[in-house]
Formats: sequence, C-alpha cells, structure tokens
Amino acid sequence: MAEQKNPTPMSHLDIELGLLNDDILEMMHLVKTQIEKGRDAFMNFDEELAHEITVNERRVDALELKIDRDCENILALFNPVAIDLRFVIASFKINSDLERLGDHADGIAKYILDFGRPIDEEVIKKMRIDEMYDVSLQMLTNVLEAFASEDTQLARKVFKQDKTLNEINREVSKNTASLIEKDADNIRLYLYLFSIVRKLERVGDLVKNTAEEIIFYIEARVLKHKKDKYKNGRNNNS
Amino acid sequence: MQTKILDKEVRSDATKNPVDMNYKLRAQHVDAFYGDFQALKDISLDIKANSVTAFIGPSGCGKSTFLRLLNRMNDYIDGFRMEGAILLDDEDIYDPSVKVEELRKAVGMVFQKPNPFPKSIFENVAYGLKIQGIRDKAFIEERVVESLKQATLFDEVKDDLNKPALALSGGQQQRLCIARVLAVKPSVLLMDEPTSALDPISTDKIEDLIYTLKNNYTIAIVTHNMQQASRISDYTAFMYMGRLIEYDKTKKIFTNPGKDQTQNYITGRFG
Repeated sequence: MAEQKNPTPMSHLDIELGLLNDDILEMMHLVKTQIEKGRDAFMNFDEELAHEITVNERRVDALELKIDRDCENILALFNPVAIDLRFVIASFKINSDLERLGDHADGIAKYILDFGRPIDEEVIKKMRIDEMYDVSLQMLTNVLEAFASEDTQLARKVFKQDKTLNEINREVSKNTASLIEKDADNIRLYLYLFSIVRKLERVGDLVKNTAEEIIFYIEARVLKHKKDKYKNGRNNNS
Repeated sequence: MQTKILDKEVRSDATKNPVDMNYKLRAQHVDAFYGDFQALKDISLDIKANSVTAFIGPSGCGKSTFLRLLNRMNDYIDGFRMEGAILLDDEDIYDPSVKVEELRKAVGMVFQKPNPFPKSIFENVAYGLKIQGIRDKAFIEERVVESLKQATLFDEVKDDLNKPALALSGGQQQRLCIARVLAVKPSVLLMDEPTSALDPISTDKIEDLIYTLKNNYTIAIVTHNMQQASRISDYTAFMYMGRLIEYDKTKKIFTNPGKDQTQNYITGRFG
C-alpha cells in the first residue's frame, strides 16, 4: 500500500489499512489451502480431508464477516480517499470473491463425500480436471503474490490462465456426453465430474475478478467487462 | 468571445484552452506578492459558471490570497501587488477603469466568522441596497425577503426582522451574511472557510444552501475541511506553496488524483 512508500510515521488510518491488508492475505491463504486440499481429497479420495474442508468453510465465513466489518468501520470512521478508498473498496469485493471461492471448495468436498468412492485417474485426465486444478492453484498463487507485492503485471497473468479453464469448460459437455455414451454404467460419476468442472471454471472467474480489483486499486483502472486487450495496460481507461 | 481590453491575454491562452462562455472567472498567470514574499506563483485556472469550485491546501499555500484577488480584497494591503490577469466574464477586474464597488456587487464574499452589523436583521440585508442609494421601501422589503428565503433563513426569522442580528445563533448569522451578499444580486460568491466556526448542524445547512445556490451563482470556496470540499464542490483546486498543483473535477481529485502531492495531501500523509 501507499503508506509503505512513505517515510512519515504511520497514521491511525495506515494501521487500520495494514490490518485489513493482513486479513485479506490470510483469507487468500485460507482459500488457497481449501482448494489445494480439495484437489488432494479428490485425486486421492481422501474422505477425511474432504470433511476437513467442510469444517474449515466456517473459518472462511467468519473471516469474511470480520473483513466486511473492518471495511465498514474504515469507511465510516476514517473517510478514506483516493488510493486508500480504492484499497478498501477493492478489499471489500475481493473478500466477497474469496468467500465464494471457499464455497466452491466446500461444494467440491461435498461432491467427493457424496460420490463416496475413488475415481479412476484416467477419467480425471480425460475430463482434464487435474489440469484445471493446476491452473486454478497457479492463478491463486499469482493473485496472492500480486496482492502482497502490489504487482499488477503478475495480476494480469491470470487473465490468460483463465482462458485455459474456460476452454476446458467449453469442451466439457461434449466430453461428458461422449464418455457417457461409451460407459453408460457410470453416468453418476460423469455427472459429478461435470459439476466439478463447472465449479473450477467459476473458481477461475472469481480469481480473475480478484486480479481486476487489485489492478483497480493500484492503477485506478477499471477492467471489469472490458475485452482482454484492454487488460494488458495498453489503454488507459481509468 | 474576446474583449477589446483583453485581446492579448485571451489570445495567448486560446491555443490550448479556448475561451468558453461557461467560464465565469479566469486567472491567467497570476503572481502575487506581499512585499518580497511571493504568495502566488503563476496561477492559471478557469472557474466554470454555476459550479462550486473548492480550494484546498495546507495553511499558507495561497488559497485565501487567491480567493481574495477575485474581488480585489487585497488591494489595500500594504506591500501587496499582483501580476497577470483575472477576468470576470472576460473583463479584466484589475483594469483601471473597473470600479471596485461595482466589482464587489458582482462578486460577493462570505468570511470565516459571521460578521453581521450591529443592526436589525432587516437592516443587515437591506444595507447593500441602501448604500447603492435605493430608497424604494417596497422594493427593499421585497429584496430582503427574497434574499432571506434564498439563504434559507426566512422561516426562522420572519417574525423577528427588527430584532438585532447579533442575537441570532452563529449558523443563522452566517446565513444572514449570505443573505446580505445575495441582496445586491451578485453573480459570484466567494466563501473563505464559511463553516469553520459553525457546529455540524449549521454546517449542514450552509452546505445545503451552497448546493442550491450554485444553480444561480458561481461559487468559489476555500476550505480546510476536505470532506466538505468533496461533498459540495464540482471542481477542486489543490494548492501548495503558492502553486496550483492540480485542478480537476472533484470526483477525480478524491478518487484518483493525478499528482502524488495531491494524493499525499488528501490522504493525510503530508500537510
């Protein structure tokens, strides 16, 4: 944040913004861990781990409420402006995106528990779910580091990565249909996998939103609903 | 639109900032000095008609000096001199042919502390009309009532018009001073920290009043209260050490200022 670049002593507002920054980082770590555990529980059919995700979802919800409250307090008590205001607005939205990421991790954990048996690695590869997890987690790592180091170029990397998830998602109906045709006995399995693909695609969208908010607060540029070419910083549309 | 007196000055700026009928006041390369001290350095800025323009900046940055230049309040300060031009409706207000009293009818000023005369409420508002030589009682009464209404004070004082103005509360006195200025039908209102001596409720009333008045007047306000500047103004000028650092729409200044100095000031990191 701006105060790190400024040699003057930290004001009360600076301290509050610093705490908010720490909470957002904690939320990012927590959610990333939830997705990581989701991948491990899914790939290794680890029911205990899946159960742990559903329990930790409560921590995600609690932290979301705390961050919401902190944002509200900062707005009400300190009237932040300019980059401070953008930081609080961005944090508020990122918080909401992260909580929904947590919901998707929780949703996938519940699918694993509902389905109740290991899934053949071959099928996972055919549905490209392992690839989706790798890309999603790399995107999450990128936004986490981008937020921590105020690196908007790193944040921009996720726009391209998200395209991979979108591409897999576009193919999923066709892939699932073809797998079901060949293996009609396992329709339930394929429907679960289909739903997981949908959730991971949403994960990508939410991480992308987070990246947009990071860029908004640092560069004062609004990238939402813009075509990708504008996201590369060639046009100033602030 | 160019005027005879000002052809030169106007043309010199016309290349980058064409004359616009909507500019009520234009400052062109203004320098101001108190003796050897230079209080303003090359200030050029145009104030739009029917808008509120706020001047912010740390103490001593020159914002009040600039505001006072706009109706020649600095004329009688020993050792004060200015260079450059200030145009009101494209006429140079420092031209020798300009009568200062006429200028001040067009450009009224409200100060930090309410300064009603030790007279009745009615007499305070009628004062400006009377010194203009107007004797028509019905006209004066009509104008007094109209001005008090415009200043949103009439309902509170309509039964007490002959009572002393000094018996009013601070907030009411300030609105009375605004009514007194409005009575002579200015087109520009200058306000130098008009609410800094007032409580929050009175401040709210003055701010609401400013919002209403801008439909009919051009308002320039100096304020130390940045939330006030962001609430009431359309444009904000940030000044520092006699220079105009940034001048833009208020929304831009308070969400995404163009200069680091502005950002550091409005976020409270210096000044």
